[in-house]
Amino acid sequence: MNERADSNRRLTLRLLGFAAGAFAFGFALVPLYDVLCDITGVGNPKDLLRASTVQAVEHDDSRLVTVEFLADLPSVGSWEFRPVVTEIKVHPGRLYEVDYFAHNLTGRDTVAQAVPNIAPSKATGYFRKTECFCFVPQKFAKGEQRVMPVRFVVDPNLPKSLDRLTLSYVFYDNSTRVAALKD
Amino acid sequence: MTNTVTHKHVHDDQDHKTHGLKRWFYATNHKDIGTMYLVFACVLFFLGGAMALVIRAELFQPGLQFVDPGFYNSMTTMHALLMIFGAVMPAWTGLANWMVPMQVGAPDMALPRLNNFSFWLLPFAFTLLLLTLFVPGGAPAGGWTLYPPLSLQAGDSFPLTIFSIHLMGISSILAAINVIVTILNMRAPGLGLLNMPLFCWTWLITAYLLIAVMPVLAGAVTMLLTDHFFGTAFFTASGGGDPVMFQHLFWFFGHPEVYILILPAFGVISEIIPTFSRKPLFGYQSMVYATASIAFLSFIVWAHHMFTVGMPLAGQLFFMLSTMLIAVPTGVKVFNWCATMWKGSISFETPMLFAVAFLFLFTMGGLSGLMLAIVPADFQYHDSYFVVAHFHYVLVPGAVFAIMAGVYYWLPKWTGRMYNEKVGKLHFWLSAIGVNVLFFPQHFLGLAGMPRRIPDYSTQFADWNSVSSVGAFIFGFSQLLFVYVIWSAVRSGEKAAVRPWESARGLEWELPTPAPYHSWETPPSQGVIAKGSMR
Repeated sequence: MNERADSNRRLTLRLLGFAAGAFAFGFALVPLYDVLCDITGVGNPKDLLRASTVQAVEHDDSRLVTVEFLADLPSVGSWEFRPVVTEIKVHPGRLYEVDYFAHNLTGRDTVAQAVPNIAPSKATGYFRKTECFCFVPQKFAKGEQRVMPVRFVVDPNLPKSLDRLTLSYVFYDNSTRVAALKD
Repeated sequence: MTNTVTHKHVHDDQDHKTHGLKRWFYATNHKDIGTMYLVFACVLFFLGGAMALVIRAELFQPGLQFVDPGFYNSMTTMHALLMIFGAVMPAWTGLANWMVPMQVGAPDMALPRLNNFSFWLLPFAFTLLLLTLFVPGGAPAGGWTLYPPLSLQAGDSFPLTIFSIHLMGISSILAAINVIVTILNMRAPGLGLLNMPLFCWTWLITAYLLIAVMPVLAGAVTMLLTDHFFGTAFFTASGGGDPVMFQHLFWFFGHPEVYILILPAFGVISEIIPTFSRKPLFGYQSMVYATASIAFLSFIVWAHHMFTVGMPLAGQLFFMLSTMLIAVPTGVKVFNWCATMWKGSISFETPMLFAVAFLFLFTMGGLSGLMLAIVPADFQYHDSYFVVAHFHYVLVPGAVFAIMAGVYYWLPKWTGRMYNEKVGKLHFWLSAIGVNVLFFPQHFLGLAGMPRRIPDYSTQFADWNSVSSVGAFIFGFSQLLFVYVIWSAVRSGEKAAVRPWESARGLEWELPTPAPYHSWETPPSQGVIAKGSMR
């Protein structure tokens, strides 16, 4: 009888360990998710928030790629946010600069964070931003309006099947979160 | 030796059960706990059903009639949470509590006090969840899948919902551990794993699924909680998180979860069909391996719930093909059940009627699932009533019918009394007709483009919606017969024979009727095991 109680206890502890492992695995999936996005070609979303260093590369002036610019707000009314031009044609390998316009209508001093996205997703790895207002949180005084630049190069290795990319930003008002991150 | 003597002595005063409320609060007997699980599941089944009737009453005709859209959304969300975690899962755990020790020749579950704890977590979990109906902002209304950012925008219900899911998770993990330890360690000497009834097999595999994926859900909802209250950004896009990641985490839990709901049903059906066909189960071993294959495949198909979210082509192909692969082991099972019935001398008592309806209607639900697995078709069907029809076909005439079949089948053994066959059959026919009138038209609605989780709809959908609502009320109210038939059997049913179904096999039928409060205190002899064995 005691032997059975012992083996029950051992098996129970092993199974509890298994469940604890599964709980840890759930959290391990968070970094794994970024890795998976990277290797499946969706592109690591965190890379979009980092500046890339661009080597001096060959321009491909024979090829034209259209880049469209979009702006989204998570809710209507508290911000004005839009690209200054909505699309340009670019030669892969050359550096371009475009502007986004933002106007703080929240009625207070605040901080906003732009989150970029590239469509189609398989182009994500070929779109290099050397400077972007999305790299750091943007401080806005009450009622302030300004244009913010983004500089980018489209990699000449961009698959030939693509001739149109979309860069979109969602502009989040996030004073509490950004303040919390800074301290 | 002395041990057995004292045992005999204790046994002299009958069952030595504690009486009154103590018997239930301090319960460690697997039959008592099983009964509590089943009663709890039944109560929640009616609560969840009442919410479903609110939904169907609102959808009876276009326009807004009875409830405001926010409350309607709460109803769909709460209905799902109650039915999945409150009705179907506890019902299976209740059946496991009753049947697993009896079927493996064990005196009780391996961990009786843990068993008590895992049951009593549930009333607290669901009190928390039901409290959300009365807090500012109302009950959760963003769907049972709790997708952020919508779920993060709930009112005060948010933390209550999360904690209630934590409690449900702990409860089912502990119950699963108990089942595994009982099956692996407590089998009567001489009862091999491949001699066990299939209900034990399917529950063993289900239990492993539970301890593998419930913790992942617990982790995912914990991340939601810290995103909401502690400034983390697992899923908050503005902080560098990704809401799509929640969907991956959720469905990594969610897909195995649907097999957690259905695998024990396969077990019950695999016991009932042979009994009433008066033939042994066709392909016992292939049933075991098919169940294991389904369980394995359930871990690698989750993203088929997310085709429209966007993923690389290779991903779409992988998840489409692996999903379709599940049809192979499931097909093995369906053909095995048909082959069991083939040339059998079949009789149609209530459990068999439910089992045959399961076989037919679950297969239909499986086929619409196969349609949904096709990526380009899914782009059309996604979030439409076609999906609603699909998962209700596998869950209601699938899982719920199997639970009812199991209750009718084992009720004489539990209570020592026969249910009223006439009322049982009436309950079956009303349920079977009601469920089809309820869910079949929803296929048409979905294909015609009616979205799910919407309180109002375009007038072109009016006819089938009113048909569906009529079916809902027939189905819903005929479940009162189920309660009546059980109640009247327990109170005043005819005395049941030791072997109420003459060709039933399995160790539970070797026990006296009603099953004594403590069964198999001395393990069954080799002769009894051979008689009850599945081979």
